[in-house]
Parts: sequence; C-alpha cells; structure tokens
Amino acid sequence: MSFTARRLGFSYGLHEATFELPQTGLITLAGPNGAGKSTLLGILAGLRAPYRGSVTYAGRELRQWPRRQFATDVAYVPQAIHIEFPFTVREVVRMGRTPRSGGWYESEHDRTAAEQAMSITDCFALRDRDFRALSGGERQRVILAAALAQEPKTLLLDEPATHLDLRHQLSLYRLLARLGRTILVVAVTHDLNLAMQFSDRVVILEGGGVAGDGTPGEVLNPASIESVFGVRTTLQSGPEGKPWLVYGMDGA
Amino acid sequence: MRPVVLSALFLLAVTVIAPLLGSTHIDLGKAFAGASPDYDIFYYARVPRVLLALLAGAALSITGVLFQCMLRDPLAEPYTLGVSSGAAVGAVLAICLGFQSTGLASLIGAALVLLIVIGMSVDGRRMSSFTLLLTGVTMNSIAFAIILFLHSIASFAQSFAISRWLMGGLDAVPYSTLAWLAAIVVPVLILVTMRAPQWNLLAVGEEWAASRGVSTTLLMGFGYVAGSVLTGLVTSLTGPIGFVGLIVPHALRLRFGADHRTLMPCSILLGAAFLVICDTLSRTMNPPTDFPVGVLTAMGGGPFFLWLLRTKRRSLWM
Repeated sequence: MSFTARRLGFSYGLHEATFELPQTGLITLAGPNGAGKSTLLGILAGLRAPYRGSVTYAGRELRQWPRRQFATDVAYVPQAIHIEFPFTVREVVRMGRTPRSGGWYESEHDRTAAEQAMSITDCFALRDRDFRALSGGERQRVILAAALAQEPKTLLLDEPATHLDLRHQLSLYRLLARLGRTILVVAVTHDLNLAMQFSDRVVILEGGGVAGDGTPGEVLNPASIESVFGVRTTLQSGPEGKPWLVYGMDGA
Repeated sequence: MRPVVLSALFLLAVTVIAPLLGSTHIDLGKAFAGASPDYDIFYYARVPRVLLALLAGAALSITGVLFQCMLRDPLAEPYTLGVSSGAAVGAVLAICLGFQSTGLASLIGAALVLLIVIGMSVDGRRMSSFTLLLTGVTMNSIAFAIILFLHSIASFAQSFAISRWLMGGLDAVPYSTLAWLAAIVVPVLILVTMRAPQWNLLAVGEEWAASRGVSTTLLMGFGYVAGSVLTGLVTSLTGPIGFVGLIVPHALRLRFGADHRTLMPCSILLGAAFLVICDTLSRTMNPPTDFPVGVLTAMGGGPFFLWLLRTKRRSLWM
C-alpha cells in the first residue's frame, strides 16, 4: 500500500474518508465542487495539517514523515502557480530537483532529469522563456515537468488538465497512464470521460466522504453519476468502441 | 559563477578607490607614513566610512531580496516589515530625552518591534506571509505616529537632530563599532545566502516550497529575523537609507534573473559597491557639505532604475 486513510478528516471539506491506494496505477479523484477533492489531495501531499483520523504513507503516519524525505517520494502538482519574479522555465523545472540534490550544485543527473521532464511534457522548447510570459496551458505543463524532475514514486495532481488544449489533455492523460505502470498517480479531474478512458481506478468524493471507489466501469455509470452530480447521462459506444458518457443540455 | 566573480572584483576596485577621494586632498605617501593630518583623514575619517557604507549597502540589498522573496511582493524593501521604524522611534526618543547613545536606543526599538511582529505573526506552528506583511506595515504606521508626536513636542534643537537622523546618512564610526557590526552582519549574510535554493522555492510560493521538503514556517521565521537583524543594526548606525534595498535587487534581477544563487551574492557585492559609490559622491560633490546619502541613492538610483526598466522590461518583464 502507498496511502492508507482511516476516517480521515479536516477542519473543512473532508470528514471520515477511508480508503487504501496501491503502489502503482492511475487513480482519478472525481466529485462535485466542494466535495473535498483538493483538500484530500493537499492532505496526501502533506500540505494540509492538522488532519483528523489517520493517514499513512508506506506504513508511516504522514505527520511523522521528515519533510524532505517525503518530498523525494511524493510530488505535488498544483492547479496553477503565480510567480512574481523573472524565473525561466528551466529554473522552475530545476527547482523540482531541490529535495534530491539540495539545490546548490547541479549534477549531470540533475540536468538530464530536468531536461527529460521538459521533453516528456512538451516544454523543452520553452526552457529559456520567462515563466510569466507563458500561457495557462504552457504553465501547467511546466509545473508538471517540475514534479517529474523530482523523480517521485507518487505523483499527486490537482486538475492537471484545466488549462490544456484538447491535444495536450489527451497526451497528458496518456502520459499519466504510462507513468501509472511504474508509480502511483492520483489526479483530481472533472472530465469523467478522460477518467473513464485512462484511469485504473476512480474514487468519487461527495460531501467530504468516499461515495464510490472502483474500476471506471463500476463507478462511472449513469445511475451513480446522477446520484452524485445530479446529471442524467447515457453510456454510448465512443471512438474505438470504448464506452463514452453523453449528456444533453437539459441533463441537470 | 561569472557574475559573482565580476561583482566581487568591482566591489574590490570601488573599495580601494573610494577612500582616495574626498573633499580634502591627501597625500597617500604621507598617509601611509603616518603623517598628520593625511593619516588621520585617511584612517579615521574615510576608511571607516567606506567600510560602513559597504556593510550597510550589502545588508540593505540582501534584505530587500529576502523580503521581496518572502512576501512575493516586488515592492517590499528592508523597511517594509517595521524594524527600521522601531529603530527610528528608539533614536527619536533618545534625542527627546537627551540620551547620548541614539544607536543603542534605536537597537532596542528595533528589537522590540521584531519581537512584537514575530509574536503576532506566528500562529501556533505556522507563519503566514500575509500576517507578517500586515503586522509590519501596521507597526510602521504606529511608529510613524509616535515619531510625529515626539517631533511635535520636541525643542527646536531636538527637532533639528530628529530631522537629521531621519534623513539617514553615513559617518565615520570607530573601528570597534565596525568590528562588531561586521562580526554579526557577515555571518548573517552567509547564512542567508547559503539557503538560496530554499529562497528560490519560497519565491514561487509557500506550498511550492513545502511540497519540496522546505519547512516554510522555520524558513520564513529565519528570513524575518535575519533581515531584521541586518536592517536594525544598520539603521541604528546610519538612520534610514532609502531605495538601496528596493532598486539594487530589481536592477540585478533584470540583469541576472531571479535565481537566488546568483542574485543573493551579487546583491551583497554590488549593493555594497552601490552605497560606497553614492556615499563617495555625497562627500565629494559639494565640499565641505555632505548630502544625506539617502537623498543621493534615490535621486541618482531612481532615474537609473527607470531607464533600466524602460530598456529591459520588454525582454524580461513581458
């Protein structure tokens, strides 16, 4: 197990969440606004404290993990960051190496890890640009690159596709699914179809607790979606013959 | 690495040349031979003043970098977080009460403000940059009101002394004072610069830093205390010298980028050089008067900075 949560709660947004997450796989976290998705992700990233109940990573309670050691294992990708100073893309990505290398001197491996992360996320060409001059989608790819440069065993992403164009949404989820073969990837998403196509497992949060947890086929069916989101959907055969959720304009 | 080496060489050149210049011509041969008055002017008037300018410039510039980074506010400067106002209240109070040592009184004032701000902004085990900023700015306002009050009840002579102190300025100080100043300032500069990678992370955001293993409360607490010690010490000796801590960091960011591993050492070295140059100008421009150096840093540095902003912003600031 990577994360094990027992009756996990927080002062706002989350109460009594119990679940276990495996060592590898792409797990998407879905649910209505205010269901506690980002709060949960923040707790797992070690950023929201104090929490109630218990949550362990690799068998050790989160609050007992030494910060830096935890950061070499677990990388967190926020929805967006806002930078006031003229950092270049390369500098932002290299910051991801700090928990591993201390950040003063750059080894050959630090350099290659950062460059590889930039090529995987399609932002190598942006490497000398001022981060502030990038578009929302480009920024999101750079933030992801910084997390990958960290070479984590667990990657936590908060709505990583919000600002991405269609092509980059697909390549992002393909990348996350591929990463999921070797590490644990947990992504908050609102796009149920992306979740259905790419994830190994879907966890639905509602009102601060777990409302559904299983394979996409088990969890993302019209009945449960209507009960959680209040939207009528139908399952149709999508491109490549895979199931696809469809909803009309008066679905709500 | 190259910018740091070049900055160091530049500072070295400035430090060697500055004591040779002054309103009175001195004969170097006589000065080194110990002949009066050349020796006294050189060793007891000029060299200590240049060294004080050097330490003050270095301390104010790096504190500017530090506070801008911690608050993620490009307008932050060493005086934003209240410590120098505390120093000013101490000094003004000392003047009004007729105490001799304005320096000691301003140190006490600075320390008091530091403790109050820390006490206010550490909440349990967390420290937020937002509370820090609000507390600091409020302390500034309170201190300013106290100074106005004291000023209004002061005698004519005291009033003149107060104005003079508040203008800030460098003076020759005894070598013993320089020695203890350096003994504190230099290690603090080194401790701050050593954490450059962590400042990089904090400059992006507290979450960004925390998710990369930085204990942000500790780091910010350290940054606030370090910056306040630097500013408080310098202000107690020189009064407020505006603008150095604002424009040196920005000018260097425009030139070298935001990476604190380069920015911090360069700010120390070139901030020191900048204040030494400004002070040399203020000593030599209109002898025997010397202008408050703060007037010069703002009048000379301001337009230079505007020019830099104008020519560089398109490439670096979008």
